[in-house]
Amino acid sequence: MKEIVVISGKGGTGKTSITASFSVLGGKDLIVADCDVDAADMHLLLEPDFSSDEDFYSGELAEIDQAGCIQCGKCAEVCRFDAIPVVDGTYVVDPLSCEGCGYCARVCPENVITNHVNLVGNLYISNIKTGTKMVHAKLGIGNENSGKLVAQVKNEAKSLAEKENKDAILVDGSPGVGCPVVSSLSGATFVVLVTEPTVSGLHDLIRVHELVKKFKIKSGCIINKADINPDQVGKIKEFLEKEDIILVTEIPYDENFTKAMTLGKTIVEHDDKLGGLIKEAWKNIVKLA
Amino acid sequence: MKIAIASGKGGTGKTTLSTNLAALLAEKEQVVLVDLDVEEPNSGLFISGELKHTEKKYKMIPEWDPTHCNLCGICQEVCNFNAVLKMGKNIMVFPELCHGCYACSELCPKNSLPMKEREMGELKAFKKGNLSFVESKLVIGEEQAVPLIKQTIDYVDSNFSEDTIKLYDSPPGTSCPVIEATKHTDFVILITETTPFGFHDLKLAVETIRELGKDFGVVINRYGIGDDSVETYCREEGIPVIGRIPNDRAVAEIYSKGELLYPRLPFIKKELEKIAAHVADIRKELSV
Amino acid sequence: MKIAFTTKGTDWDSPMDPRFGRTEYFFVYDEETEKVETFDNRAIEGEAHGAGPKTSQKLAELGAEVLITGNGPGGNAAAVLNQINVKVYTGAGEMTVREAYEAWKNGDLN
Repeated sequence: MKEIVVISGKGGTGKTSITASFSVLGGKDLIVADCDVDAADMHLLLEPDFSSDEDFYSGELAEIDQAGCIQCGKCAEVCRFDAIPVVDGTYVVDPLSCEGCGYCARVCPENVITNHVNLVGNLYISNIKTGTKMVHAKLGIGNENSGKLVAQVKNEAKSLAEKENKDAILVDGSPGVGCPVVSSLSGATFVVLVTEPTVSGLHDLIRVHELVKKFKIKSGCIINKADINPDQVGKIKEFLEKEDIILVTEIPYDENFTKAMTLGKTIVEHDDKLGGLIKEAWKNIVKLA
Repeated sequence: MKIAIASGKGGTGKTTLSTNLAALLAEKEQVVLVDLDVEEPNSGLFISGELKHTEKKYKMIPEWDPTHCNLCGICQEVCNFNAVLKMGKNIMVFPELCHGCYACSELCPKNSLPMKEREMGELKAFKKGNLSFVESKLVIGEEQAVPLIKQTIDYVDSNFSEDTIKLYDSPPGTSCPVIEATKHTDFVILITETTPFGFHDLKLAVETIRELGKDFGVVINRYGIGDDSVETYCREEGIPVIGRIPNDRAVAEIYSKGELLYPRLPFIKKELEKIAAHVADIRKELSV
Repeated sequence: MKIAFTTKGTDWDSPMDPRFGRTEYFFVYDEETEKVETFDNRAIEGEAHGAGPKTSQKLAELGAEVLITGNGPGGNAAAVLNQINVKVYTGAGEMTVREAYEAWKNGDLN
């Protein structure tokens, strides 16, 4: 099964808009997975019905059973995250500061601290307007995306794809260079790097490509807003050539790109010129993956 | 006075607003701009100045000392992050996964995992006229942004006076790094776009900032490209819209070169002045 | 020589799992004794972070000298595999275990 993962490093490059367009083009042949859980936006263009909804747990949080607590303060003493302040004369865990290391529970003489799994958000499986299914998630406040959450979203997507005999899964990948993006890339058969010709765009492209290289995955690049800075485009192309990355397409700066989004549509549904470029790109990607 | 500039989503113009507002305010008084987006600090690409200070920032992680180790394995048992593993006759430590909780080190019966300093990033301070600029950058592969954000805030607290205006360019999102970057400030500016993505992420950011109990206002970037949903939402929620930066191709072009906008675009300067006036009002209220 | 495969099942016709850290199973084939041993790694799903090192530890316990997988292991996992002298071959993510073994013998994996 093909697993096409779209990532960008930097925010605001158009990654999610492009991925949503690919979902429309791939239609029923795909299962879609949104692993950009920190800014899960793709559902806004794909009209999901949230038909299946389950709690998602990741990491741990300490909890003090106040009934048995003797207020010795050992827990607060060993905590390096200042997560056990004294409130109204009793020791309590501040869930926003607790890292779930479990050290406090290990030193509590009365054994009244337990680490319990932390509810971080919801995981959804939805029917979407392209006639297929999408797996997506929503995080609660102050909760972080994790390798585990991304793996779970992708696993759900893969098992759906197997069950329904789909050719591929399409993944909107996580930003940054940490654990979630590692988990997004793990298992990919092709990576699409979306960038823009700005100083920050190139800077972040280089950082995220370091990871792709480590995984030895084939990759292609889409340069969005390609006509705003020819010098910077030149630099990106030099980099692509040096690293053996295929240039999939260049999309010019065009307000229709954003206009489509404001209408709740993907680009391919709204604008023929931009849509044509993305169609061409998708054809290439399917061949390469 | 401390102001955080934040957004629920990346790429909405956080860095553009931070750098331009800082430079404009610095035409009149002492300002320090702090880039807390330590994973991808980009403000420095727009601000030049004389490098005044550099320091390495460290986190404490355990280092195995085999001398007295009896390979009992307690260290691996107490680590909740898979950062310490017993591999045959060796103990391996994975610094990027370590949260620095000290459990393995302090619970080791043989003191075989003393905590040692490990470089997690570098802080740099620049100055040009009234404008100081502080940025920290996480070493690639390092996963914990929060400790470096904390240390950077401490550096600014101890090196700049109370009455200096401090602007903090925060990391995107609604998770721990954003909370760390905004929870100590007096006022938060949320920047968004009038697109469905921007609007959706703004609502999440508003929830987060409200949970922290912070006073905040909204700046709409690329104003005019979408509909009035952001504007309506803010009105209904009683959130002040303190600035509207028009959508214009020239903005994208100047940004792409790493240059400041307002010296070249008068309409941007006008909007920034409105935001500056709002900031001045907040400051007056705080001093009462 | 003991060869470990990252797999989605427990027999020669099972598909490979292209992932290392979060692989579902290890399928270990001992070329000398021609014996097969499998390990169910699915509990790794519960780990929020650091799946790579944890799975590497399992692999070390299984005593494999060669690892055949799909994509390369991430940085932390690579560090452990290097430490325990396991040789890693990638590019078998789309095959069955049998095909992967043949491909490795033919020198088609790198």
